[in-house]
Amino acid sequence: MNKITNNKAWFLVLPVFFIVAISAIIPLMTVVNYSVQDIFDPQTRFFVGTEWFEQVLGDRRLHDALIRQIVYTMSVLLIEVPLGIAVALTLPRKGWGVSASMVLLALPLLIPWNVVGTIWQIFGRADIGLGGYVINMLGIDYNYSQNPMDAWVTVLVMDVWHWTSLIVLLCYAGLRSIPDAYYQAAKIDGASNWAVFRFIQLPKMQSVLVIGVLLRFMDSFMIYTEPFVLTGGGPGTATTFLSQFLVTIAVGQFDLGPAAAFSLIYFLIILLVCWVFYTVVMNAGKREEQ
Amino acid sequence: MTLTLENITKTVGGETHIDDVSMTLEPGSFNVLLGRTLAGKTSLMRMMAGLEPPTSGRILVNNADVTGMAVQKRNVAMVYQQFINYPSMNVYDNIASPLKLQGVDKTEIEKRVRETAELMHIEHLLDRLPQELSGGQQQRTAMARAMVKDCTLLLLDEPLVNLDYKLREELREEIPNLLAKRDTIVVYATTEPMEALLLGGKCAVMHEGRVTQFGPTTEVYHNPAYVETGLIFSDPPINLLKAEVRDGALYLASGHQVSLSGHLADLGNGNYTVGVRANHLSVEQENAQCVAMQGQVELAEITGSETFVHVHFNDVSWVIQEEGVHNPRLGEATTFYLDPNRLFAYDADDRLVAAPPSEIQNGKAA
Repeated sequence: MNKITNNKAWFLVLPVFFIVAISAIIPLMTVVNYSVQDIFDPQTRFFVGTEWFEQVLGDRRLHDALIRQIVYTMSVLLIEVPLGIAVALTLPRKGWGVSASMVLLALPLLIPWNVVGTIWQIFGRADIGLGGYVINMLGIDYNYSQNPMDAWVTVLVMDVWHWTSLIVLLCYAGLRSIPDAYYQAAKIDGASNWAVFRFIQLPKMQSVLVIGVLLRFMDSFMIYTEPFVLTGGGPGTATTFLSQFLVTIAVGQFDLGPAAAFSLIYFLIILLVCWVFYTVVMNAGKREEQ
Repeated sequence: MTLTLENITKTVGGETHIDDVSMTLEPGSFNVLLGRTLAGKTSLMRMMAGLEPPTSGRILVNNADVTGMAVQKRNVAMVYQQFINYPSMNVYDNIASPLKLQGVDKTEIEKRVRETAELMHIEHLLDRLPQELSGGQQQRTAMARAMVKDCTLLLLDEPLVNLDYKLREELREEIPNLLAKRDTIVVYATTEPMEALLLGGKCAVMHEGRVTQFGPTTEVYHNPAYVETGLIFSDPPINLLKAEVRDGALYLASGHQVSLSGHLADLGNGNYTVGVRANHLSVEQENAQCVAMQGQVELAEITGSETFVHVHFNDVSWVIQEEGVHNPRLGEATTFYLDPNRLFAYDADDRLVAAPPSEIQNGKAA
């Protein structure tokens, strides 16, 4: 029997191919192009090979920003994930409280990122901001624009305020999908609240938690807007995370070559961490199955 | 243990879910709760278990009041319609979990888990996770978890509903044997009359939150005390028709006349509802007393060994169960025969006043 080939499929795939090319592949290739050349103006350019990569990788400022970034992202995950789970567990399961808490929780997620930065910039000021004023009233010397530690904590608290809701909503959806009979069965067995959490709720939330952790990792690792508005990366370099540093090189100093090399490294770090995390979690799931 | 319910009522938000239920469950008895969906079977079981308290009434165990006692202290087990197992534990740990929580020692746990698993035919699956099992195996695991702990009250809430046909039959046959040797009180909720009959034991028929009849299953089947009971405990539901007794004879609303003999002899004048089961109607005249009736064929359901023919006459629809495969043409007029010896008679208040003797219900017409 002759195999009939229908070339119409190519025609149908073409729009997707076209969009992906324009939105992802061509920009990425442009960056690759920049990263291996020294460009003075459109006519004057030299191929420099891996020189920019070597320079960027040896840059102490980059190392510092990377460490800062890792500590920051770790802190974000360590605070937001347990806090999100805890809040999700305490939310009402039925009644008017459900919609009320959903709306309240969704509010921070709906605010544009630079507005979040502005809100916290004003909120944290010692002279006119409610938060800053109250903290200083309590006798704590707090000033995020001069004290690096204060700035760092403010950025972290802002992120927790902004994004914990996402984890809460994901976990809540996971919890809601557990049939009531599971809780009854556990009650009949005489299982403790901890056992119910460990053996029913946590396993049932696993898949949404993986998504939540991945999203929060990627987002916090790429954080730019909020600290840019709040502290501008300062004081000094206390809150200069990778994106902030990248923008300083690319736009501030217009060093396109190093910036492009840096972008690629940045991209690979995120890709690598996500892949490792996903593989480890999925393998852990499989190992349990065996 | 004897479990006694005394005037149990449950209202939720002004709606009555359970309405004044009183019943006594004997030690070691197998009790079927038969009723349609939303009849209150699950609510009643939840109160028997102690998962929720009744609004009023008392629950006694061996004459001691346990109405407010928490479920953990009552030594009950429950199996649900959904397959409920701990998702991250393998089958062994799932079955062992109630024993671990009771603090039974390790070698004893191992022994009992293996025994129970063998009984449920899942001994080869002990190291699998629930999600790797078929529905039937998952439900077997859930049942093993319920049976491993020697509870005094075992509640099964439509445990076979979510299983496919073949597995359901298999488990349905096993269940009475599995539970026979214990002195646990078993309560089994179902919507299917056939399941109740197969399981045997005692049967409580539930309708709109009330237990309308409670007794040995076959006895209830042979004497459904109310019209509703007949409808619930009969598949297809019992065929009904208005009738009147006057001048020493029973006149059916369809105009047919039936003489008052046999079990119908004592009926006084007045209005009645008569009922007849689908398998007691016939397309052949089986004896001289049979009344020939006519109707239009509405529908024929063929199950293989039987055909259920729906016929319409006098604004009612009846179902006739015929053996074998038949293909009557829809809309066609058909004649079928009603044997008066097999009529149930209900009075104006829908209470049973005459039921055919059970040997006539079981056997072929005389």
